[in-house]
Amino acid sequence: MTVHAEKPLQPMIPAGQAVLDVRGLTVEYATGAEPVRACTDISFTLRRGEILGVAGESGSGKSTLITALTRLQRPPAVTTGGEILFHGRDGAKPVDLVTLDGRQLRRYRWTALSIVLQSAMDALNPVMRIGAQFADVLRAHDRTLGKRAAWARAEELLALVGISADRVRDYPHQLSGGMRQRAAIALALACRPELVVMDEPTTAVDVVMQRQILAQVLRLRRELGFAVVFVTHDLSLLLELADRIAVMYAGRIVEVGEAAAIYGAPKHPYTQGLRDSFPPLHAPLRDLHGIPGTPPDLRRPPAGCPFHPRCARRTDGCDERLPLLLPVGRDAGHEAACLLNETDGDHGGETR
Amino acid sequence: MSKPAIETGSTDNASTDTASADSTSTATRRARTAKDPKNPKAAKDRHPEEPAHTPEYVLEARDVSKHFTVRGALGRTTVVHAVEDATVRLKPGQILALVGESGSGKTTLARMLARFHEPTSGEIVLRGEAVSRSGRARRGYHSEVQLIFQDPFGSLNPMHRVRYNLDRALRLHHRHLTAAEREERTTQLLERVSLTPAAEFAAKFPHELSGGQRQRVVIARALAVEPKVLLGDEPISMLDVSIRLEMLNLLQRLRTEDGLALLYITHDIASARYLCDDIAVMYAGQMVESGPKEAVIASPQHPYTKLLIESSPDPERGVGDREAFFAGADELGEPPSLIDPPTGCRFHPRCPFAMKECGEQAPPRAELGDGHWAKCWLHARGRAGELADTTHAAATAARREALQGAS
Amino acid sequence: MRTVFLRSWKVRIGLAVLVFFLLLAVFGPWLTHSVFGLDPRANDTSAISQSPGDGHPLGTNQYGQDMLAQVVAGARGSMYVGVLGAVVGTAIAILVGVPAGFYGGKVDTALNFVTNLFLVMPTLPLVMIVAGYLQGTGLTTIALIIGFFGWSGGARTLRAQAMSIANRDFVRAMRMLGERGRRLVFAEVLPHLTGLIASMFLHAMIGAVMAEAGLAFLGISDSSSISWGTMIQGAQQQSAVLRGLWWWFVPPGLCIALIGTAAALVNFGIDELANPKLRAARPATVRRTKQLARTGGAA
Repeated sequence: MTVHAEKPLQPMIPAGQAVLDVRGLTVEYATGAEPVRACTDISFTLRRGEILGVAGESGSGKSTLITALTRLQRPPAVTTGGEILFHGRDGAKPVDLVTLDGRQLRRYRWTALSIVLQSAMDALNPVMRIGAQFADVLRAHDRTLGKRAAWARAEELLALVGISADRVRDYPHQLSGGMRQRAAIALALACRPELVVMDEPTTAVDVVMQRQILAQVLRLRRELGFAVVFVTHDLSLLLELADRIAVMYAGRIVEVGEAAAIYGAPKHPYTQGLRDSFPPLHAPLRDLHGIPGTPPDLRRPPAGCPFHPRCARRTDGCDERLPLLLPVGRDAGHEAACLLNETDGDHGGETR
Repeated sequence: MSKPAIETGSTDNASTDTASADSTSTATRRARTAKDPKNPKAAKDRHPEEPAHTPEYVLEARDVSKHFTVRGALGRTTVVHAVEDATVRLKPGQILALVGESGSGKTTLARMLARFHEPTSGEIVLRGEAVSRSGRARRGYHSEVQLIFQDPFGSLNPMHRVRYNLDRALRLHHRHLTAAEREERTTQLLERVSLTPAAEFAAKFPHELSGGQRQRVVIARALAVEPKVLLGDEPISMLDVSIRLEMLNLLQRLRTEDGLALLYITHDIASARYLCDDIAVMYAGQMVESGPKEAVIASPQHPYTKLLIESSPDPERGVGDREAFFAGADELGEPPSLIDPPTGCRFHPRCPFAMKECGEQAPPRAELGDGHWAKCWLHARGRAGELADTTHAAATAARREALQGAS
Repeated sequence: MRTVFLRSWKVRIGLAVLVFFLLLAVFGPWLTHSVFGLDPRANDTSAISQSPGDGHPLGTNQYGQDMLAQVVAGARGSMYVGVLGAVVGTAIAILVGVPAGFYGGKVDTALNFVTNLFLVMPTLPLVMIVAGYLQGTGLTTIALIIGFFGWSGGARTLRAQAMSIANRDFVRAMRMLGERGRRLVFAEVLPHLTGLIASMFLHAMIGAVMAEAGLAFLGISDSSSISWGTMIQGAQQQSAVLRGLWWWFVPPGLCIALIGTAAALVNFGIDELANPKLRAARPATVRRTKQLARTGGAA
């Protein structure tokens, strides 16, 4: 049941306009004698209303990226380089989120940028009614809003994600896991943010609920026009959901491009391996092998391309030179960081 | 697979004899033959009746139910019907996938098969014999059935080295082995699960290993017992995507080399299809459909199975029309409460094909040939064809419109 | 792990103080006797209630006994009671709490009942009754009584911890492997409780030292044995505070306070070890973080 609570506040902003510009973002952890680089030189542009999928395994730096983007990072993590330029919908000069202090950031939280965490229980206060939590957030950003109006707005927001209005007086534990996650999404959308960062919001729920949540995210994005950074380890999910996909490995983006290009013509051996790590649901079965080996230890990253120890197609120089993220293939905006593509575009073909 | 059991009079060897002439398995077989005279279990297997009939199934759960009693705040007790009359049968060398949402009872069923819980009713049958509840029987049982836990970070004691885990398993189940022999077996086991160099891995602590390596240690520890059945409770769901397939391939290899039977519990249908022979689908504590995997996945005969398959991400479906793919998926409903489950078919409140009888009476089991069956009224009413014609989302939408039109 | 433990200054100071008092308890009396020629029981009739000075670095008491020698001998007495009481109390707590939590069911019901009984029992009056009932209360008896009545809180904590560990997958896995109960307790569960037990032991030790002092203060002690408690009691009986004879009660009181502080410091370290979250904002980490933010990272 789709409830259109109200018309979108503003008309859809023309696509192509950037909402977030990340340039050379580097995050390090000040643990031990030597700082450990968890994210290195991350650059991407997020357009308005776009869903950017970030795929990565454990240790790929995707969680670090989330905390850096949302400025929720705590010591010992430190952003040591780069900028995160946020372009507001009012057309004002872009602000660099990295340089803002806590008080300035508060202006942007919820209204410009919000986050949906992996576990809704981390986002919802277990001893507060759902409606009260919504009212808190709403009234913190709109002082004129009365209590009654805030609760009414909470009901509308819950209706957006298909939760009936009478649940507004429930406590989080009275909702099922899927409902809690949807409530958390509704809460993230409460102040009409332009950008929502989603950190594996569906790993804790079942496939059916996952599909339901993703369908709602897609619909809400269409209605409200926010952009999404969707971070997950599940590339197969992103292939169905995202407009563009960035694949992370060992703290770097190794490939980025349209979802169709990432699926149809991946140019980095890691992306290929990752894509072929999902057995098909209907296509004929064949022997699949995933990617042998284990992700590198970021405290001792391998020299050259960080993927080379696991790469089946490594050649001379892979263990010496760090490949750059360069345009590849026919599709615009498709980039990969692999020596195979640097030397000769034709070598970037897939291996099976 | 049934031939050698009669000749040797010991089902112990039945499964190993099907194994290929691979060197590892030959070594294991030799070791097993050597162990037999001293092994009370093997002696028991030479029971006079045994050669006469070799049970077809190595492990069965027959109509098992599990009800948990939960005491509420005001001393009120509620009963959670976690599993209701579920039957699972495993043949030697068979891989059966048990799929369902969380709360469908699949993990509770696995834990009953691993004997962490005693069934409220029904029985667990190991090679044709109902297992007793005594502690002594439990140990014998666990020398044949081992469970692989979901979380490789939780199922290894962080205080013990890899060697300790394997050594304890060998010590407990192969008492006649000398220290040197155990050391040799430890090396063999680690090599079987591709943890080489074995000596290096044996000396490591769990925190020095990656998730995949830990799960391999857990599997090696279970193998040290030389079980006939492995129960895998979502054994790959906590692992990195890129190494999951290697784990599935390892389980597949154990099946072909050792003739291990495997119950693979998962919510990931694609991985179930990759690994298993047959699929059983659970919903709200009950079995709703079972059959050969391709039959079940290609043409699901229960609306819930259909919903599950349609909801699973499939990279091969490709980057098609996203809007079309997600259309109607906005409201797929939620699994019911197990405290007060729906009457009749437990899926009927979510089912777009539901009829009057669905809410009144549990559906009968419809045999569809080739071991494929489903419990759904559509079959009894001759409406089964509708399942293939539409998608769950489309059917739900159509039903909603029909309801709105009527009111 | 060990190095992390010792890296904390709290732990180092605490351990140093504890080791100092232990050494004092073991070797001190011999040292004061052979090196300084002081005997805690020798009455120097020429110097009664003398203030600190020549010959008697810490003065003397009303019998002309040297206070330094008394403090050192008292260290032995108090530490003896502290360690023995803690050993007894901790041992009972482990024997009651761990099986209760690990086995659950009827075992738990029974053991938990006993624990609760001891928990709600008014310990002090009971100790006094028992101590009064047992004629001739030597330090050993006092220690045993303290240990016997002071284990219930620890047992409860251990029970809760053992219960949660018993339900962890690795214990389930080892049980499935056929590992028997006792071995599971000793090889799988107890190693995870060592931190807690160590911390409990230190707590129990401070508790026993203080309890002994308290009992002695109330007159329940063996007047012939020397401990910090009997010294303070002696001072109290002679109204040392009113008479300004500070050297009678300050040294033993200070020693008790020092041991308490040291044990608490070590406990901080154990807590940090057991719960890394408490360690997150260690000064060194904060400093490194700030430095990294300033320099803009490693080139």
